[in-house]
Amino acid sequence: MKKNIYYFVLILITVFVFTLLYKAIFQNNSYIPSSKINKKINGFSASTLFLDNKINIKDLIPKKKITIINIWASWCAPCRNEHEYLMKLKEHPNIVLIGLNYKDKPSKAKLFINDFGNPFSTILKDPKGIISIEIGAYGVPETYILDDNLILKKKFIGELTFKNFEEIIEMANR
Amino acid sequence: MKLKKYLIIILIFSFPNNLLANVNSLLIDKISKNLRCLICQGQSVYDSQSDFANSVKFLINKKIEEGNSEEEIYEYLILKYGEWIVYDPEINKKTLFLWIFPVVLFVFGGLLIFRKVFIN
Repeated sequence: MKKNIYYFVLILITVFVFTLLYKAIFQNNSYIPSSKINKKINGFSASTLFLDNKINIKDLIPKKKITIINIWASWCAPCRNEHEYLMKLKEHPNIVLIGLNYKDKPSKAKLFINDFGNPFSTILKDPKGIISIEIGAYGVPETYILDDNLILKKKFIGELTFKNFEEIIEMANR
Repeated sequence: MKLKKYLIIILIFSFPNNLLANVNSLLIDKISKNLRCLICQGQSVYDSQSDFANSVKFLINKKIEEGNSEEEIYEYLILKYGEWIVYDPEINKKTLFLWIFPVVLFVFGGLLIFRKVFIN
């Protein structure tokens, strides 16, 4: 009888651990702390790419529109792929795009913009990547959707997809 | 004689700076060893040379220069990236199972061995 109980407990633990690991396989690997969503992001100041003057992010956020901060770099291949979506998002009247140029050479970044077009109203420089870390980024590309109070509404890690693009348009139309 | 004077002056002025730089870099190393590189496979921020890890090291340096303590830097990064970034998560509602389960397994296994050896 006791032996049976031991076997039962052993099987129970095995099933539990197996289920846990099996479920984990299908989970998204990119970890986004849920505590970040609907919280205000840190305000920051940075130099602009073209004029090299210092600007505070708060001065770039318009009222009654959604602001998209896109972290990009000229050396990042996925940034090239998602650029067409950013160019389309630029056309939307309720969207303002701000670029954060991550660990890039200004000359290369300007060349990238000349070649592929400029979807951003302002491009800020982040040469050491410190600003990106301060707003909770992992790397490039990353896209943050903010409301007019700098509250983070949505965060896309990695290249924007058509589905993400549609989701952003839907948010802007609300 | 003149050279000696110059050398002494250089030494006096460079010593505290070097000392401070060394203290800072030791603290950066210590903190970055306790942080997980979130985009790497099983590496700490200290071990990794990824862009993410390097940026975190720059940020730690900046925070130290601004006068933040080690604890404050951990708290700041937890706020940004969640508990996952530190190797030693705090005991709270979400991590309780993580802390308790190994102890439960240990006690259960110990009891099994105890019964086997001493009672049988």
